[in-house]
Amino acid sequence: MDFTPHTAADVEVMLEALGMTDVSELFSHLPAEVILQGALDLPEPLAEAEVMAHMEHLARGNRQGLICFAGGGIYDHYLPPVVRSLAMRPEFVTSYTPYQSEVSQGVLQALFEYQSMVAAITGLPVANASLYDGASAGLEAVNLAAVATGRATIWVSAALPPPTRQVIDTFAQARGIEVVDHPIAAGRTSWDETCAGQPAAVLFAQPNYLGVIEDYEAAVRLAHDRGALAVVQVDPMLLGVLRTPGHAGCDVVFGEGQPLGSPMSFGGPGLGIFAVALDLLRRIPGRLVGRTVDENGATAYTLTLRTREQDIRREKATSNICTNQGLNAVAAAVHLAWLGPWGLAEVGRQSIQKAHYLAKRLAELPGVSIAVEAFAREFPVSLPINPHQAVAAMAERGYLAGIALDAFPQVSNGMLVAVTERRSRKEIDGYVDSLEEVIAGA
Amino acid sequence: MPEPGGNAASTPLMGGATEPTLAQFSSPGRRAWSLPRLDVPVSDVALPEMAEQPPLLPEVAERDLVAHFNRLAHRSFGVDLGAYPLGSCTMKYNPKVCDWAAEQPGFRDLHPATPGTLTSGALALLLEAERILCELTGMQRATFQSPAGAAGELTGLLVMRAYHGENDSPRSRVVIPDSAHGTNPASVASAGYEAVHVPTNRRGMVDLDALRHLVDDGVAGLMLTNPNTIGLFEQDIRAIAEVIHAVDGLVYYDGANLNAILGIARPGDMGFDIVHSNLHKTFATPHGGGGPGAGPVAVVERLVRYLPGPLPEARSDGSLGWFQPEASIGRVHGHHGNFGVVIRALAYMRALGGSGLRRVAERSVLNARYLAALLGDEYEIPYDEPCMHEFVLSVAALKRDTGLRAVDVAKAILDYGYHAPTMYFPLIVQEALMVEPTETESRETIEGLAAAFRSIAQMARSEPENVSRHPVFTPVRRTDDVAAARRPLLTWFMEG
Repeated sequence: MDFTPHTAADVEVMLEALGMTDVSELFSHLPAEVILQGALDLPEPLAEAEVMAHMEHLARGNRQGLICFAGGGIYDHYLPPVVRSLAMRPEFVTSYTPYQSEVSQGVLQALFEYQSMVAAITGLPVANASLYDGASAGLEAVNLAAVATGRATIWVSAALPPPTRQVIDTFAQARGIEVVDHPIAAGRTSWDETCAGQPAAVLFAQPNYLGVIEDYEAAVRLAHDRGALAVVQVDPMLLGVLRTPGHAGCDVVFGEGQPLGSPMSFGGPGLGIFAVALDLLRRIPGRLVGRTVDENGATAYTLTLRTREQDIRREKATSNICTNQGLNAVAAAVHLAWLGPWGLAEVGRQSIQKAHYLAKRLAELPGVSIAVEAFAREFPVSLPINPHQAVAAMAERGYLAGIALDAFPQVSNGMLVAVTERRSRKEIDGYVDSLEEVIAGA
Repeated sequence: MPEPGGNAASTPLMGGATEPTLAQFSSPGRRAWSLPRLDVPVSDVALPEMAEQPPLLPEVAERDLVAHFNRLAHRSFGVDLGAYPLGSCTMKYNPKVCDWAAEQPGFRDLHPATPGTLTSGALALLLEAERILCELTGMQRATFQSPAGAAGELTGLLVMRAYHGENDSPRSRVVIPDSAHGTNPASVASAGYEAVHVPTNRRGMVDLDALRHLVDDGVAGLMLTNPNTIGLFEQDIRAIAEVIHAVDGLVYYDGANLNAILGIARPGDMGFDIVHSNLHKTFATPHGGGGPGAGPVAVVERLVRYLPGPLPEARSDGSLGWFQPEASIGRVHGHHGNFGVVIRALAYMRALGGSGLRRVAERSVLNARYLAALLGDEYEIPYDEPCMHEFVLSVAALKRDTGLRAVDVAKAILDYGYHAPTMYFPLIVQEALMVEPTETESRETIEGLAAAFRSIAQMARSEPENVSRHPVFTPVRRTDDVAAARRPLLTWFMEG
């Protein structure tokens, strides 16, 4: 295939205008020692149908149709067709970051509405126009807290999702940030009140990685007693039923927004949700859309508070982020508007009810126990067999059974199981029957 | 000469009225959602921290929701509507077959925690895209975890840090040209280094003597775009790399401008050690109004050990799996990066093949050079060197003569139905307009763009006030960005 429109005659006319006869002359000023001699070892061009066949072949190389009980930040929720229909409009898909506001009003207003709805579900006044994913949003929260407080230590719940924790660890040393763990007891963070020092942030997840609802007050009070920011990672699909983190006093909220509008797609592109309290407005990383007027006084939208950003502030910017996840944010806006308050609440209610139904049934299996209480829609199961073996054997029966909890040895043979509103009773019962067979056969 | 507004593709289809927000469509009791009834026995789950009522989201009907977002789309411009010569952003046509590929159920519905034995297709895809990318850049291996170019920069800088750390030779500074993208200094600071700026010489290239003076064994490396942000190929690139390598520094290639050299020259052969590329620029994946992108980082053999893990591998038994590089810097993304973007990029790479990818470079340079030639007598092009895939105009002379600025020319271009060039970048050129037509625009489109630019320049000299009133055919007139920053209204809750 070739997506260049030039005919041979076009090329000839254009070269002639440049005083050239061959395209190679366009590169004749390059140093000879760097110009490639001969062709690279690359495949031949394909016709469109051949590209499709090849990509289909690769897609079929993945096991399809597994009934998904895995979560850990990426969830299989119902995604209404209206999301794809609207978010895939070419004006949203094929535009750049809306620097030229006059020809980007649609993208800008959609992002403004996204910011508004993220503010609504987080209970904080200011949300940005997205970051890359939940884990890297966690890193940005840590940076913000370090700069805002002038401190270099963060206190972290040991039940923070491992992807978030790992991304923070990758960058912490380079930035001189020390990470102090606070342990888990019975699935919940047990904040060590005797811990000395003045942290920049107290960081936890609600629910935590094990699916358990944390005590907001304990974390927020600890943070504020020490002059630190209370920073929380949320699961947006539960914000229809859980108290908002803003209401609970948190200063920074971030999360993985994939279930809002984006397919699982092997974990990316996802959506980094990010919201802050008003006094942190000028420290927020990423793009912000603001409402203003045009020179005729008509309502208009524009990128704003740009002096925080890398292309203006350079090494003093609040973040290096440029391209973010604009299209995923637009999709999230469509999805949130489709759900509305009662739809989001029903997704949360059904997911919780179905998770508890599954947990109750699993607890009846010999050798199986549920390691925690007060979980929402995800929970760790302690199995009588190796969890990796269980996941492999369950896949043969058509289920993605969960995530082996290697990072949490306190749950013996642990597997993290997630349930969304999409899982029917039949699928849940089938899962229990299959797991019973797998255990019996081991 | 063309008239403004003659083909302004950015004009909304019907009416210019302000579009209400979703909040204004909201009415209690309206709904779009539907879900199957709960089919498990309801139990009394008593959980802490439950809300008394759901959040304050709008309540809208699906019919209004659909009309609203479609009207919003009508108020935005994209590559699918016309030329988008936004310098440094490579706004080329995004082939639809690539979107189709990303929507295959085998990719779309794949959970990242699926065991490697069940995701051979995804692993094969990553390995295939990696091989093509490494062949094009002259590198050994690449990670696809970094979800955008800036994230790739940060990843590359951490690789640099790990390399010097392991060799017990910590460094504190990274050199960048004064013409660099803003992400470069911001990434340098984020990685815990100090940014040191090397000036640009009169030819528009890195000043090699100044570089030699700056570099000592406290320098971790150099970040460079080549062609550089002025659109010029760095003639001394080999010597530049040697200066850095002489102190055991590493040379980082910012792939923003990789489009210009595909199949023509490779960063690896120029002396670069770390290369990020922007799949959303060079490999035609859509920009989505500001992402998602993907910024894979490729490295030379001796740096593979530091790459973020896990990396895919083909095992001796023929199976595919993941492995952790021995001195990995760790994760830079929660999962496997923006996989959906990599799917599109691979479809594009395979569609074009080696010859098509080379043609991309040839025709992107041909288009830029031709457009620059058509404009050279009306606009000042400050560096007298042959440009690659983009070039920088200066409106400084026009400003002196007429008071009009780069922003005025850019806003006027919008009224001719084209997106504007990048404004005020690079910082070292006064009143800069950076123009990148890309290879997917036809000769006629290039000539149309040139005619619009020329018409504006001529109008500027005869009736400058007529230029500064633009844009007038767009959904809104010039927006008041100062008012927006002075009193930030960032959500609909902040109003009234």
